[in-house]
Amino acid sequence: MKLKRLLAAAILLGIPFSSAVASEGLNSGDTAWVIVSTALVMMMTPAGLALFYGGLSRYKNLLNTFAMTFVAYCLASVIWMMWGYTIAFGPDKAGITGGLSHLFMAGIGVDSLSGSIPTYVFALFQMTFAGITVALVLGSIVDRLKFSSWIVFTILWVTFIYCPIAHWVWGGGWMGDMGALDFAGGTVVHINAGVAGLVLSLVLGKRIGYGKEAMFPSSIALTALGAALLWFGWFGFNAGSQLAADGVAGSAFLVTNTSAAVGALAWMFAEWLVTKKPTVLGMASGVVSGLVAITPAAGFVNMPAALLIGLGAGMLGFYSVAKLKQKLGYDDSLDAFGVHGMCGIWGALATGLFANPAINEAGRGLFYGNPKQLWIQIVSILATAIFTAVGTLIITYLTKFLTGGLRVTEENEISGLDNSLHGERAFEIQ
Amino acid sequence: MKKIEAIIKPFKLDDVKEALNEVGIQGMTISEVKGYGRQKGHKEIYRGAEYVVDFIPKIKIEIVVDSDQTDQVVEKIREAANTGKIGDGKIFVYTVEQAVRVRTGEKGVDAI
Repeated sequence: MKLKRLLAAAILLGIPFSSAVASEGLNSGDTAWVIVSTALVMMMTPAGLALFYGGLSRYKNLLNTFAMTFVAYCLASVIWMMWGYTIAFGPDKAGITGGLSHLFMAGIGVDSLSGSIPTYVFALFQMTFAGITVALVLGSIVDRLKFSSWIVFTILWVTFIYCPIAHWVWGGGWMGDMGALDFAGGTVVHINAGVAGLVLSLVLGKRIGYGKEAMFPSSIALTALGAALLWFGWFGFNAGSQLAADGVAGSAFLVTNTSAAVGALAWMFAEWLVTKKPTVLGMASGVVSGLVAITPAAGFVNMPAALLIGLGAGMLGFYSVAKLKQKLGYDDSLDAFGVHGMCGIWGALATGLFANPAINEAGRGLFYGNPKQLWIQIVSILATAIFTAVGTLIITYLTKFLTGGLRVTEENEISGLDNSLHGERAFEIQ
Repeated sequence: MKKIEAIIKPFKLDDVKEALNEVGIQGMTISEVKGYGRQKGHKEIYRGAEYVVDFIPKIKIEIVVDSDQTDQVVEKIREAANTGKIGDGKIFVYTVEQAVRVRTGEKGVDAI
């Protein structure tokens, strides 16, 4: 009441009131920006990621990669509105999960607010994150997973892995309470998806001919276009995660772009030195690495920190997919773990180092006198990785049981999934 | 009659065609083929995974000529297709027993 009177006085006196006062109610600027951001992030899945992954998969499996990406987004959209939102953002139960009071969006109306934006807008924004996270996982397993298994896996994984972790970090759960800093989803999205992909690919096994026969990407041009669309959408992902149209959102926007650009350059030059050619695939992969690493840090770090985060991400990503993967010998088809898992871990650690209270009062890292933050980040990385590894393993075996095996037949794998599973072909080239 | 079969670099096709037109060759059959010889394949690297591409695209030209003209035509193809680098291709010459023009039924040299 006091605030309202102050506000009224301010308006009467013509004093410009601060956003802190205005945030008491709906802010149309914030709302407009988050609506736009939601649309940007939505595009990242069925357009950006589908093209990025589709171009990397073999010509005979390009449409299957698109199909898995589309169906992941569609399923996540429906699950989120039915029960996902309330598991992640319902009333907190012991810091572990949200209560079920908003099943099927019950109890939320057009006047409900989350901060300064309508709850509907907040729920939709968060929905697009659930969609892209599960879609990221499929990068590890293209070319060989049954489509029915992917559908069952997606439903179980969004429900039992994504929603609880989102609650821990953003929904009032224990990780957020502990002070873990994750601005837009380093742990929730990237470490989570990367580790899940690794587990799924280990259970599923290698593709027939992996390491022996050449597996050419169907189109690096599509992959590069996909990376560009991901970059574009990521502005909504990171700057939108401020949930307000303010200075922190602007700073997040700036560092996101810087890190992506430096990531691309770092990967390109590392590759140029080691394998003698600067490839387009390297630049596209470097963009994504830089974006992944800046994600947890976006609203907390300044521009010089973004230069270092992007630099580390580009080099780490290149090392992970070109060297580490060969040493360890797993078949993570499109490097979901190498890019998202590894660069996500780097980003989460970097947030603990570079979080700058001058950018955002909520975060103070090691270099600004708070060594404890780095420890908190390590705990959040380990907890996420262990939970998702064990949970994904259980879900993978449950899926295997429910769909009668995970892999397509050998014949279908060799002839290609586009034709054998979908009865279509991606291109008609004469 | 002789059949001349030349396997050349694809970008040399136009040069070879023009050179043959100059000496009065009025028709040819070409196909896109793949293969390797001393040139071997080339290497492509995707995210550190190195693939050797063994079979390189080439163009195969087939022409049938009067035996007297054989050496001249072979030399023309060789000159036009030559870049001096490994992988320029090969030319083979075979003896042809008979030729028939489908439309008129003409036979032998008249049919080519």
